[in-house]
Amino acid sequence: MTAALLSLSGVSLAFAGNTVLQNVDFQVAEGAVVSLIGPNGAGKTSLFNCITGFYKPQTGTITFDGQALLKLKPHRVTAAGIARTFQNVRLFREMTVMQNVMSGMHCRTRSGAIAAILGLPSQRAEEAAIREACDDCLRFVGVTPDEYDRIATTLAYGHQRRVEIARALATQPKLLLLDEPAAGLNAGEKQELIALIRRIRDERGISVLLIEHDMGLVMQVSERISVLDHGAMIADGTAREIQANPKVIEAYLGQEDAEAELDF
Amino acid sequence: MSQHDSVTTRLSARIAAQFQTPAVRWGGIALILVFLAVLPAVFGQYATVIMTNALLYVVLALGLNVVVGFAGLLDLGYAAFFAVGAYTIGILTLEFGVNFWLALPCAVVGAAIAGVIIGGPTLRLRSDYLAIVTLGFGEIVRFSARNLAITGKASGLSGIGQPWLFGWHIATPTDFYYVFCGLAIGAVIVSLRLEDSRLGRAWLYVRHDEDVAEAMGINRVAVKLAAYVIGAIFAAIGGAFFAANLGAISPESFSFTQSVLILMAVILGGMGKIPGVILGAFIVILGPELLRNLGELRLMVFAVMLLLIMLFRPSGIWPKRGTRS
Ligand SMILES: Nc1ncnc2c1ncn2[C@@H]1O[C@H](COP(=O)(O)OP(=O)(O)OP(=O)(O)O)[C@@H](O)[C@H]1O
Ligand SMILES: [Mg+2]
Repeated sequence: MTAALLSLSGVSLAFAGNTVLQNVDFQVAEGAVVSLIGPNGAGKTSLFNCITGFYKPQTGTITFDGQALLKLKPHRVTAAGIARTFQNVRLFREMTVMQNVMSGMHCRTRSGAIAAILGLPSQRAEEAAIREACDDCLRFVGVTPDEYDRIATTLAYGHQRRVEIARALATQPKLLLLDEPAAGLNAGEKQELIALIRRIRDERGISVLLIEHDMGLVMQVSERISVLDHGAMIADGTAREIQANPKVIEAYLGQEDAEAELDF
Repeated sequence: MSQHDSVTTRLSARIAAQFQTPAVRWGGIALILVFLAVLPAVFGQYATVIMTNALLYVVLALGLNVVVGFAGLLDLGYAAFFAVGAYTIGILTLEFGVNFWLALPCAVVGAAIAGVIIGGPTLRLRSDYLAIVTLGFGEIVRFSARNLAITGKASGLSGIGQPWLFGWHIATPTDFYYVFCGLAIGAVIVSLRLEDSRLGRAWLYVRHDEDVAEAMGINRVAVKLAAYVIGAIFAAIGGAFFAANLGAISPESFSFTQSVLILMAVILGGMGKIPGVILGAFIVILGPELLRNLGELRLMVFAVMLLLIMLFRPSGIWPKRGTRS
């Protein structure tokens, strides 16, 4: 097996005595597509927030690509090569699709105020390069140029999700974190999402970690699945192993919609 | 009320749409430049002096617009940077005999350093601590100016010399009028370029959603600090030429009211909209002048007018940029 790209060890997080994550050990191998599943409130999004530097766990270490992440501010984590999307689409409102995606290129470009004021050739070249790279990301996720100048939040929901993924790709990550990317998508769009996730890994060489409630999608797309329940990692394995794991079935049985969710 | 609102909205949107065709835009710009060029000859000295003041406010309002409009930071002590610029020129030229053009970069650097000192620690905090800190900073600067010997205490500094520029002695009100025309045009160009740049976009991202901006790899503290410092530099340059123009400065030119007036121009124009902010600057300066024959009542009438504008157009007088959809 290839070396772990992302590695969490003994990560615990609590808010005012309320334990959200307890002693989590977790890994994502280089070039893998890994899913993180678990009932509502299990702590999945919180785990993303710990990785991306928004939450500071009380104990544990997080290593990415040989670098300790816990000391880093969120923007540094992104610069280190981790990009994310949000559970509830969070595009910049009142800004166009193109402007939204351009935000991702910020950490890969340098021009400052003086270059902009003087309109230096290097600055103009960089602006052109930003647009080109964003155009590339948008086409990759299947957004067409006629949509670039539209206000992002006016697009159909499925396309907003794609723009959010394009924006994350524009940061040129090594690892992409997707928080429930299939939520609100119809069956056809889910199939396209599966294809997109595979292309992100195969064509761009980006490892993917996704949180998802749609088991069909999870089973199809991921090589490994980890299960979080009440903040603890209770299982880890291939789709087949997870389906057969009694602890996982029990975790989901506590939920009213257990049957729907366990509809593997 | 809403009827009236929608009529004005449509009207101003149509005017703005007109500005978007290149021919009309360049024609309009040429017209404005010609108007500025002939103003002293056509309208005489009084109008020239008033316009000079309005142009100073264009510079100040555009500077504050970087902070408030672009980056979304509330600054209630902006006049402090204006004072730093003016007093740096006053002190360096009067007490140390430094040439104006050497003192000018010192004023800029001084304001930038002050910006870093005030902004650095405060911008790390969320919410509106900045408003309170900047309010305090504004008062501290004015208080210091009133009480220090080097700033001439309450009576201020006088006898500040007029600069030479390549054999041109900038001396008459008309000379200064043209200098301020140049400064205002420069401020407009700098604002436009900043707005349409990597840094300008970063301000928008941070203003709209700090967390997401951070998640996209933007250092929100650094980006806000850049806005704060750039705003400070605009004010310092304005202050430097203000001091040279009047030849005398006193602490009362840099009061809280001054900060509020500049902020009013920005809000009135519609924060972040460059043409709107320019218009806002003209309104806060020319408004009271145009109402001069109302005598004592004029400030009150003006205040009521401002209130009405804010009631009917809470997002400023300039319409939203037309967006294709
Ligand atoms: N900032 C916070 N402050 C306090 N409690 C929090 C915070 N963030 C998360 N929590 C708590 O942590 C627990 C896990 O939340 P989290 O959002 O990580 O769950 P999740 O697994 O993503 O659930 P879902 O599937 O519903 O998205 C919840 O009980 C939540 O209330
Ligand atoms: Mg969640």
